Amino acid sequence: MTLLEQAGCDVEFPLDQTCCGQPAFNGGFADEARAQARQTLDVLDATEGTIVVPSGSCAAMIIQHTPELMEHDPEYAAKADRVGARTRELTQFLVDDADFDPAAADCGGCTTTYHASCHGLRGLNVLTQPKKLLDDAEIPRVDLEGEDECCGFGGLFSVKMPEVSAAMMDTKIKSIEASGADVVVGVDVSCLMHIGGGLQRRKSNVTTKHIAEVLVEDLT
Amino acid sequence: MTTKPVTFRGRIREAFDEGVPIAIDRGARGHYNKRVEASAAFQEMEEMRDRARLIRAETLSKLDQYLAQFADSVESRGGSVFFAADAAEANDYVVSLAEAEKVNRIVKVKSMVTEELRLNAALEAAGMDVVETDLGEFIIQLAGETPSHIIAPVLHKNRQAVGETFAEHLGVEYTDEPTELNDIARGYLRERFLTAEMGISGANFAVAEDGAIALVTNEGNGRISTSTPRIHIAMVGMERLVRDREDLAVMFEVLARSATGQKLSVYSNIVSGPRRPGEPDGPDQFHVVIVDNGRSATLGSSVAEILLCIRCGACLNACPVYRHVGGHAYGSVYPGPIGKVVTPSLFGLEQWHELPAASPLCGACEEVCPVRIQIPKLLVELRNQTTDHMPWGLRQGVVWYARISTRPSLFRFVTRMGGWVGRVLGRDGWLRRIPFVLKGWTESRELPAPAPETFNDWWRKRGA
Repeated sequence: MTLLEQAGCDVEFPLDQTCCGQPAFNGGFADEARAQARQTLDVLDATEGTIVVPSGSCAAMIIQHTPELMEHDPEYAAKADRVGARTRELTQFLVDDADFDPAAADCGGCTTTYHASCHGLRGLNVLTQPKKLLDDAEIPRVDLEGEDECCGFGGLFSVKMPEVSAAMMDTKIKSIEASGADVVVGVDVSCLMHIGGGLQRRKSNVTTKHIAEVLVEDLT
Repeated sequence: MTTKPVTFRGRIREAFDEGVPIAIDRGARGHYNKRVEASAAFQEMEEMRDRARLIRAETLSKLDQYLAQFADSVESRGGSVFFAADAAEANDYVVSLAEAEKVNRIVKVKSMVTEELRLNAALEAAGMDVVETDLGEFIIQLAGETPSHIIAPVLHKNRQAVGETFAEHLGVEYTDEPTELNDIARGYLRERFLTAEMGISGANFAVAEDGAIALVTNEGNGRISTSTPRIHIAMVGMERLVRDREDLAVMFEVLARSATGQKLSVYSNIVSGPRRPGEPDGPDQFHVVIVDNGRSATLGSSVAEILLCIRCGACLNACPVYRHVGGHAYGSVYPGPIGKVVTPSLFGLEQWHELPAASPLCGACEEVCPVRIQIPKLLVELRNQTTDHMPWGLRQGVVWYARISTRPSLFRFVTRMGGWVGRVLGRDGWLRRIPFVLKGWTESRELPAPAPETFNDWWRKRGA
């Protein structure tokens, strides 16, 4: 919010929004996902302007999968198209649309590395935007080996198949630690939660931050 | 042979215990990197993938017509065609033919469909002597194992393990020098090629227009196995048809690049019928067995798109799950992302319901697929049919979460409650151990405790 205001936007937050339905959709619960997506569409369709989503997988759900879910429901299919066309992932919006200058951001001397979350990357082509924001802010950034390799979260996958999920997380954490960074930056809260949970268990000094947390340091 | 654990999770634990994934990971990444380089070097790659998808989709849309045309073409060149509804019919045809022709020695070219049919076991049960002639397949046949990768069956073994297998089964002195190992295999196989009465191959593609079979190999065993013995049988998955040679050329362009990063496989053979008068070599008899074994049913299902697959293995190499667990963990001859759809659709979703669940839906597979199969979408489709198999607690969790989140005021209340839970149970903002469905999760990582204040409340206060 603060970040968007810094970018010169008037920001509205509809209080009735809940969940876009992506976990249910991916889990194979199409009916439940559809109910959640309808709720989301009702709330968002009543707004105006760009809909900015600070999470790659939620944005991908609204832009890509909600229209698929509403295929046989003309009323909501039309809503899904309208809402989807106005929806942008946060860094897409900041870089591609708003031409935001993050020069004021300050990470307090940290070195960052970027983890490319799958749904933002492969669904929405988000890769260069967050890196550009970090670089424009002159925040030190090192490359992450296998930056585009899944961290193993995958929503219900990590609950149903915890062993494989944990093995994938270990690989990710090893490359994070080898990168020399002390902050992993991402655009997807759920992946960061997963990676952060693994780092915490290892009592690692590396922490995770959402890109918005890095760009706005006076977050309260 | 030891009995394999019956569940996917059980087989994964076994794979981790054996330390298998290290070799797999290295091998798969190697292939993956070569594919990336080959695609970057080929300007038309993306366009070629679009064309390949169109070609496959068009062929499948009129599959009955192309199958009939193919069968006519094979017969007009003096070959025979047999349509096998299932594995038993396919195997019976081959065994009966071998018996009728008094065949004892058979050489085989690597073929996934014959692995699917367990053809070797059927031939051995009938007393035939069958030898796999692809080096990787030869090694796993000696070791009594199954392939762990569609195009690199022995990806799970390092050269030391190959050396041990050769020493144990071929009576040679142990060596782990790749060239020496290669020479041992060549020496052994050479004699087999010259004495075999029958050669059995698969088919990468079957060309409807002229009844030809396309076979790609990197070792040349495909050419010798299908031209030296007096009988050649090609086992063809029903969906592997292409219209004509022009379409075949497009498939060749994407197949080798996707599989191994080569521009073209070392040996691209087009085999069309038995030896004709005046030709110096080739078999006396050419038989084609067209295998259904669940493919017709798949064609009419919601995951019919999977039949576009050309078995290049690129999705296995790209898949982070495959790289961590290896091919055997999937419990089927078709592992990896593609296997998670092929296996349940050919062999039954009830028995294989775990496979579609074993994916974080990261999309790395779809990104590399030469025919752009939307694998994550197909996995979600299969998940829609298997929610009954989910643990009760998890299922209830999803259903109740949906109910709550479609009622905004209730959702706000529950998330606020989450904040209280976080304050009571959290330690420095983290939850360490959670029982029941999240037990596995918290065994290797922590879960952030819900924030004391919800975003909604923060936003409202801020506005006030």
